[in-house]
Amino acid sequence: MSEAPVKKVAGITKESTQAMIDHAMEIYPDKAKKKRAPHLAPNEGEGACVKSNRKTVPGIMSARGCAYAGAKGVVWGPIRDMVHVSHGPVGCGWYSWGTRRNLVTGVNGVSQFAMQFTSDFQEKDIVYGGDKKLKTLLNEAHELFPLAKGISVLSECPVGLIGDDINSVAKIASEELQIPVIPCNCEGFRGVSQSLGHHISNDTIRDHIIGTREFAEPESPYDIALIGDYNIGGDVWSVKPLLEEIGLNVKAVWTGDGELEKIAATHKVKLNLIHCYRSMNYMCRVMEEKYGIPWLEFNFFGPTKIRESLRKIAEYFDDTIKEKVEAAIAKYDPIMQAVIDEYRPRLEGKKVMLYVGGLRPRHTVNAYADLGMVVVGSGYEFAHGDDYERTSVEMPEATVIYDDASEHELEQFVDELRPDLVGSGIKEKYLFQKMGIPFRQMHSWDYSGPYHAYNGFPIFARDVDMAVNSPTWKLVKAPF
Amino acid sequence: MTAEAAVKYVTEIPEEEVKRVSAWINTEEYKEKNFARQALVINPPHACQPLGAELAAHGFEGTLPFVHGSQGCASYYRSTFNRHFREPAPAVSDSMTEDGAVFGGQNNLHEALENAYTIYKPKMMAVFTSCMPEVIGDDLTAFIKNARNKGIVPQDYPLPYANTPSFNGSHVHGYDSMLLSILQTLTEDRKVEGRCTGKLNLIPGFDCNTGNYREYKRILKEFGIPYTLLADISETFDSPLDGTYRPYPGGTKLEDAADSINGKATLTVAPFASAKTFSWIKDNYSGIHASLPTPFGVAKTDALLLKLSELFGKPVPESLKAERGNAVDAMTDAHQYIHGKKFALYGDPDYLLGYVSFLLEMGARPHHILCSKGTKKVEKEIQALLDASPDGKGCKIYMGKDLWHMRSLLMTDPVDAMIGDTHGKFAARDAKIPLFRFGFPVFDRVNLHRAPLIGYQGAINMLTTICNKFIEVRDETCDDRHFEMMR
Repeated sequence: MSEAPVKKVAGITKESTQAMIDHAMEIYPDKAKKKRAPHLAPNEGEGACVKSNRKTVPGIMSARGCAYAGAKGVVWGPIRDMVHVSHGPVGCGWYSWGTRRNLVTGVNGVSQFAMQFTSDFQEKDIVYGGDKKLKTLLNEAHELFPLAKGISVLSECPVGLIGDDINSVAKIASEELQIPVIPCNCEGFRGVSQSLGHHISNDTIRDHIIGTREFAEPESPYDIALIGDYNIGGDVWSVKPLLEEIGLNVKAVWTGDGELEKIAATHKVKLNLIHCYRSMNYMCRVMEEKYGIPWLEFNFFGPTKIRESLRKIAEYFDDTIKEKVEAAIAKYDPIMQAVIDEYRPRLEGKKVMLYVGGLRPRHTVNAYADLGMVVVGSGYEFAHGDDYERTSVEMPEATVIYDDASEHELEQFVDELRPDLVGSGIKEKYLFQKMGIPFRQMHSWDYSGPYHAYNGFPIFARDVDMAVNSPTWKLVKAPF
Repeated sequence: MTAEAAVKYVTEIPEEEVKRVSAWINTEEYKEKNFARQALVINPPHACQPLGAELAAHGFEGTLPFVHGSQGCASYYRSTFNRHFREPAPAVSDSMTEDGAVFGGQNNLHEALENAYTIYKPKMMAVFTSCMPEVIGDDLTAFIKNARNKGIVPQDYPLPYANTPSFNGSHVHGYDSMLLSILQTLTEDRKVEGRCTGKLNLIPGFDCNTGNYREYKRILKEFGIPYTLLADISETFDSPLDGTYRPYPGGTKLEDAADSINGKATLTVAPFASAKTFSWIKDNYSGIHASLPTPFGVAKTDALLLKLSELFGKPVPESLKAERGNAVDAMTDAHQYIHGKKFALYGDPDYLLGYVSFLLEMGARPHHILCSKGTKKVEKEIQALLDASPDGKGCKIYMGKDLWHMRSLLMTDPVDAMIGDTHGKFAARDAKIPLFRFGFPVFDRVNLHRAPLIGYQGAINMLTTICNKFIEVRDETCDDRHFEMMR
């Protein structure tokens, strides 16, 4: 059942891909062309073939978000037992309210706080500053939500521009309320994308949280933390049981369905397992340097990568874990094979294009290969060079790689390559469906999931099949 | 104190504490604390101005919404419309970053105008602002003038722009400001003394129900009244899937919008979502100007038809008279399933007023009415509706409150159902009552935006949804002995 992705795609050469890129850029003004050209390239098989983590070219219709989005939606927002305050005007918190599917355990408003808390800045707060309001609202939050383990203050654009000092307000409140109050200066204008928001949030965990708690129960050599899984559609609830099945103790999850105090005690684990490298490698490095905790990247999309990853994880432990890993693989392999037997005949040879964030543009390549499909184009909204290095080895030769793609570029590439499936985000979804191209949202699993681990693959396979083979596609062309 | 003693261990929230607090947040005592909040806003059911501005822009032919500010803002607005309509929502931003904060956003604006104009070939770009340029005080008027002078866009290219600060008002106000700027731009020097297009200009306001727009158009067609909708998002956000992507599939023709200043009459059916625009129109447009509440329910639809009849000297068509009869028939047939039921309502002012009058027509009680962003005038108008009906007695209006306040109201003074948007689903679940998603946005149901809520047809739609749900609840919750064939 081991499926290495196809390395060569008929009809795709370095020249054909470059010609496609050049064609897409023909329409651009010279300055835009010059800026965009380094971000689009045929895959070279190793290294980063595109430039990344640069400012977006204004007006090209980028899909990127902002630092606040990275902090609220990705790193801090999913921690379930905290109040996360969107500090500034009402919008940012409203748009990010429940729109990233980080599922949580607990009672809403009592022990979990997946809600929209905002300081709802008005004109007077801009003029006179919002520090006083912040102080009052922190008290109110603590009074109304006594079981909240902490409060994060996530700054929106105006806060940094008017020179508020949320750090000192948070510090005082933290002492008065006797809970952590974490100021996060993640104003949307900082950096070039969501990515800086991830980094800033990692830094605030480093500065305010890590090392402030310890686990009450005795340490064990099998203590690990699951890093960079945000529980989209219940991913964590699929991954955690599998890690437990192979004998590991998952002491903390960063940050899907996360708990603040467990995150604070993560410096006590023996290994950090990281799924989304982009958003949380920073804290893995910090914990490695400061506490000597090794970290390992893994990939739980599709049986081939799951198997490979489980064996890699086992290398860090003794034989008992290795035996359990082999037992798990032996148990799940036939179940996965049955899934493949069901769907592969319907999907064999189908082409996929991806444009997502974080880890998916590379991590899912092999999951499609498990289903007999080939990824013919891939790219990221907010990746860095190290992400593209990791991508080039997964992708077939000379296929197109795009960084911070504009809507125009994506449309051109899809029009030329005519994939059987596009996996991207909500802003792209309906554009490609209007073109008659099957689509799955690959940020949110299109309100399905989980997609991670063995419980996720059958759902992933079903969803891909559902999109590609929906009978509605046959109705697109009218008979008259 | 030893180092050992200083160690803080990971704690679990005790189950009995969860139980205690779960019960506490449903009490009168909690409600009082909750209503005493001064600074913290929790689950507000309104967004910020630029979202509304983008909607107005989408309502015009070939128009590309253009966000002057951080790019994340544009992504948030776009995805909100994508999720609600399940349609594309192309818009650009000029991606202002830290250096914009220092030097101002002119360079970003100019570069973005050039790129967007060249790549996406819009007939018009509608510029509006998110927080950053508002806080640093960018001078849009000068920036746009400079863009023309530098030849970035042709001198006569329509480039309306609106200041839409997010720290003021809500999406409704942003809609109004953008619409006003678009009309001011397009109608400039287009007024011709003595000219009359013979058409009605109809302003539907911030309305994300494409069915409503089509219903307005159908009613006008039945009357035989030529019209221009200002603005029309119905084709933009309900476009066919036929294998071709069209970035600008609909919207009011720019020429029609330009000529609207010479209209026979201009009628707003969203007085609160078009206050500024309508006030300017009154001073500048030819013809008669009229303002009516959004036509939810029979009486307000009657008022619309009478006004149309009066403005154009045409009798109400027989077909619409029959439709009125059908609606009244449906309402009478169904009244027993809704009469006396208590509702909690929240939403934008124009919609909220519509819900209240519709419910009162059905003998239902709009018990809790919550408006998170509205004026004294809104409150007064709602109160007037309540005062005019025996079923309005005991109903209360909550201005400037949010959905966490609403939750306290539902738990301490229960109702039978709630009307609002998707964001109320948590409160509705806790209160174990149905939520009718007539408002915006709807992220968790399909196709609701296609069914009109206005007019006689809209009244039938709302009534059918509400009554059948109540009947369904009865079927699902009654004991076996009371589970019967007929309802």
